[in-house]
Amino acid sequence: MATQNTKTLARLMMAPSVLLLLVWMIVPLAMTLWFSFQNYNLLDPSSDGFAGFFNYEFFYTDPAFFQSIWNTLVIVGGVLLITVVGGIAIGLLLDQPIFGQGIVRILVISPFFVMPPVAALIWKNLIMHPGYGVFADIANLLGLQPVDWFAQYPLFSIVIIVAWQWLPFATLILLTALQSLDSEQKEAAEMDGANFFNRFIYLVLPHLARSITVVILIQTIFLLGVYAEILVTTNGGPGYASTNIAFLIYRTALLGYDVGGASAGGIIAVILANIVAIFLMRAVGKNLDR
Amino acid sequence: MARSVTTGRKITATIVAWVVALIIFFPILYTIITSLKTEPEAIAGFNLIPSGTFENYINVQTQSDYLKPFMNSVILSVGSTILALIIAIPGAWAMAFSPTKRTKDVLMWMLSTKMMPAVAVLVPIYLLFRDFGLLDSRIGLTVMLTLINLPIVVWMLYTYFREIPGEILEASRMDGAGLWQEIVYVLTPMAVPGIASTLLLNIILAWNESFWSIRLTTTNAAPLTAFIASFSSPQGLFWAKLSAASTMAIAPILILGWFSQKQLVRGLTFGAVK
Repeated sequence: MATQNTKTLARLMMAPSVLLLLVWMIVPLAMTLWFSFQNYNLLDPSSDGFAGFFNYEFFYTDPAFFQSIWNTLVIVGGVLLITVVGGIAIGLLLDQPIFGQGIVRILVISPFFVMPPVAALIWKNLIMHPGYGVFADIANLLGLQPVDWFAQYPLFSIVIIVAWQWLPFATLILLTALQSLDSEQKEAAEMDGANFFNRFIYLVLPHLARSITVVILIQTIFLLGVYAEILVTTNGGPGYASTNIAFLIYRTALLGYDVGGASAGGIIAVILANIVAIFLMRAVGKNLDR
Repeated sequence: MARSVTTGRKITATIVAWVVALIIFFPILYTIITSLKTEPEAIAGFNLIPSGTFENYINVQTQSDYLKPFMNSVILSVGSTILALIIAIPGAWAMAFSPTKRTKDVLMWMLSTKMMPAVAVLVPIYLLFRDFGLLDSRIGLTVMLTLINLPIVVWMLYTYFREIPGEILEASRMDGAGLWQEIVYVLTPMAVPGIASTLLLNIILAWNESFWSIRLTTTNAAPLTAFIASFSSPQGLFWAKLSAASTMAIAPILILGWFSQKQLVRGLTFGAVK
């Protein structure tokens, strides 16, 4: 009897969160799905009715579509590579005894708290500007021709900015994992004559494996949706050179007023994200069992 | 001998670590320095010593009414976080203290809602907001921010609440504590640190959220993310002013962030790394 009461109470307590998230998940997604099969243009009221797979076909045959998929992969892959490798290196460095460790940590994690538009504008203007940026100053000092980063290497520039924002996250998590490594094990390996390289391959890396997986999966979720950094730096250009899926959908929807086409793109984005999500859920779910 | 080797190693590690840290921090440092320069100084080439003017900070306020987006950011981030906490605390509490077989599934499902890409629902949300007159309203954006952070709030609270030992409740019951006393004297003090951590991290996340806050606002409800993004073209070369606005936009959250390193790891990995 008492347990029945507790159960009812528990359900009541969970109801608000569950119901809100249920509505949040189902209603907009159902609308996107519905729109994706409709002819619906905000500027052209005459176009309406069932469109079949036309919107998908339209999105799929748009040359910008494959470029934006490729760009999305480059951003996700490039940033992951830089942040994971860099994060392990800096994590190992900060795991050493050093003077002023607290301050060093604070300096290293700071970029994570910089809002994306600010990060992008700092890099665009103060650092990478071809005329007055710090990189241009360095190039001039060395007698080189300054690089116009956002015109010549737009995608690479965006990868750099986003990697700068996420490097602290990877570092912090990998450092936390490193610090939980049993120091006795490390000492034992050292006593057995294992050099740094061997210790890293056989002891540290296996210990980090789970954290690296978590870093990769969580960053991927956020990196698939990189938006503000593109908006304030290249605006997706030149051409579609730095347009990712998220930006292409925004462009189709709010600049092209094509609700149907953008919705089809949205459904494609959901499918891509789901592939990643399945892996993440497994990794996090395993931890729950422990 | 061994001692001198360790000291030598410590000094080397210290130098390398400081160089790396300063390179990573440099863009922020240079923004702060540039904010103290005059406009001609800001584009006059590399220079780490500003003339030390506070003119830019005054200009940002007088020319662009900086206080308005700043207050919007405060209201939106704090408001949406408190709202999310009010909704999430009972739920997380129930899941932590009377878990059923399906609790884990519910938690995983909540996490999965976080994985829906924002752009996928941009169109319907935009149209709904337009039809309900919520575009550029603080209420509309507060609701959005609450919804997108709700899964993280529930998860964080759950991982904290789960660590409160159930035996303590039994002990207090044996000592004759009523439900009310149990909540006020036993549970609340133990839950407060977890709730505070959750509050902190989610204010940071809401403050920096840059998709919905840019797309769903124009002027009235625009927080700092949207305000700064609007600097991207028309302000052109007013870098000192841009730097001053940027410094003020990131300073509060940077300081909060420094205090929340641990919570960050835990909150953003959904308890998978502690």
